Amino acid sequence: MRAKYRRVAAGAACLFTLGAATALGQGSAVEEIAKYRAALQDGNPAELWEARGEDLWKQKRGPKNASLESCDLGLGPGVVKGAYARLPKYFADADRVMDLETRIVWCMVTLQGYTDADARKGPFGSPDRKADMEAYAAYVTSQSRGITMAVASNHPKEQEAYRLGEKMFYFRGGTHDFACATCHAEDAKRIRLQDLPNLTKTEGAQKAYTTWPAYRVSQGELRSFQWRLNDCFRQQRFPELVFASDASIALTMFLARNANGAAFDAPAIKR
Amino acid sequence: MPRRHLTRALAAALAVPAILIGCVTAPDDAEVSAKATSMLKASFKEQGQAKLDRLDQDDMQKMCSVYAGKAPPKEVAERIEKANLASVKWPADGRFVGDWKNGEKIAQEGRGMQYSDDPKGPVGANCYACHQLAPQELSYGTIGPSLYRFGRLRGYTDEMRKYAYGKVYNADAYSACTNMPRFGHKGILTEAQIKDVVALLMDPDSPVNK
Repeated sequence: MRAKYRRVAAGAACLFTLGAATALGQGSAVEEIAKYRAALQDGNPAELWEARGEDLWKQKRGPKNASLESCDLGLGPGVVKGAYARLPKYFADADRVMDLETRIVWCMVTLQGYTDADARKGPFGSPDRKADMEAYAAYVTSQSRGITMAVASNHPKEQEAYRLGEKMFYFRGGTHDFACATCHAEDAKRIRLQDLPNLTKTEGAQKAYTTWPAYRVSQGELRSFQWRLNDCFRQQRFPELVFASDASIALTMFLARNANGAAFDAPAIKR
Repeated sequence: MPRRHLTRALAAALAVPAILIGCVTAPDDAEVSAKATSMLKASFKEQGQAKLDRLDQDDMQKMCSVYAGKAPPKEVAERIEKANLASVKWPADGRFVGDWKNGEKIAQEGRGMQYSDDPKGPVGANCYACHQLAPQELSYGTIGPSLYRFGRLRGYTDEMRKYAYGKVYNADAYSACTNMPRFGHKGILTEAQIKDVVALLMDPDSPVNK
């Protein structure tokens, strides 16, 4: 693991040389970024979150002193393998569509006896306070690596969630009139030098959705898809998106289903 | 029906008074829109300077959301542009051009109005996020057109200076449903800051025009 860290650190050092690279012209700057990203793939600290998540998943926790091992993530109680590639989905026991985090909250409440409020507390970690939820997300998503995304739209509530998510994607508001679509509805656009995926098209949605969660080198944290949505809205100048809220589930449904057909490939590592 | 036509038909139905909202598909789509809006409002909490009223859409935001990133029909576009142009507050002193050096700082500054930002500022326009401007800055985005040599190509005329001011103040006055924020209209930039950004575009000494 230590050797891996050294490689990650070397990758991070590449980032600081970018300033010098840009002086040579934009073509070489883009090349340098590609090299930096390739270097990152070499060692991914997301493994630490995956291992911690698996450990926590199997621990007896909460007021009922139970593990999450019998949690039904959609493929039956106890089946983690491949479950994330089919989320969000409609769950009959809850009579609603749930994404991964919402379902984990459900299992923490029903199996472990946590209150709903406690299960939702502190979903995003920081260097001094690691979030269990991000570890759970890392573990569960890692068990879908290589599996083809196949989010269903059979149940009317699944169809409705998709349509609601699509509307939200185009919802303009805030001080800057931004919608998700402002940055993510056209091909080959960038903010500064950051490439933007076109999330309305299969290829763009697949590339983006299948690479979250991700270890963010710049933050030293593993970030879940819920975090990705939350931070997009912060930059959109909206108020704060509530963790595992209905809107977050609908938007996730819209984006996940647009990514159907691609092999899931996360937790990934990003700048 | 091809999807594009369907979207247009739905959008057109939404744009007209309630009397016409009787056709088969429109109420359904309007219903989904209404539900999406109320679901969004229930899914956010205020944080720092970003209060929940940021989710209250004005006419432009509402109409441009309906057309889902596509150009609205001509009559809707004209209505939006007319209303936004009428609301532009032109400088009382009749001058549109400030200091390009300060304009460059504003064009580089990405902070402002996010709940994570200090409400006391700074507040920038982050023009480089979407536009090429001065050729020295290679880290520019491509959501908007290149503005390199903006004044030099268009001419350093009074008319162009006024247009640049109006465009930064309220871009929807000239191009309905543009991706560009309305920096003056929404109180993101002050009048003096907008003049400085105009100088970056229109001052012959600005690096943009070199």
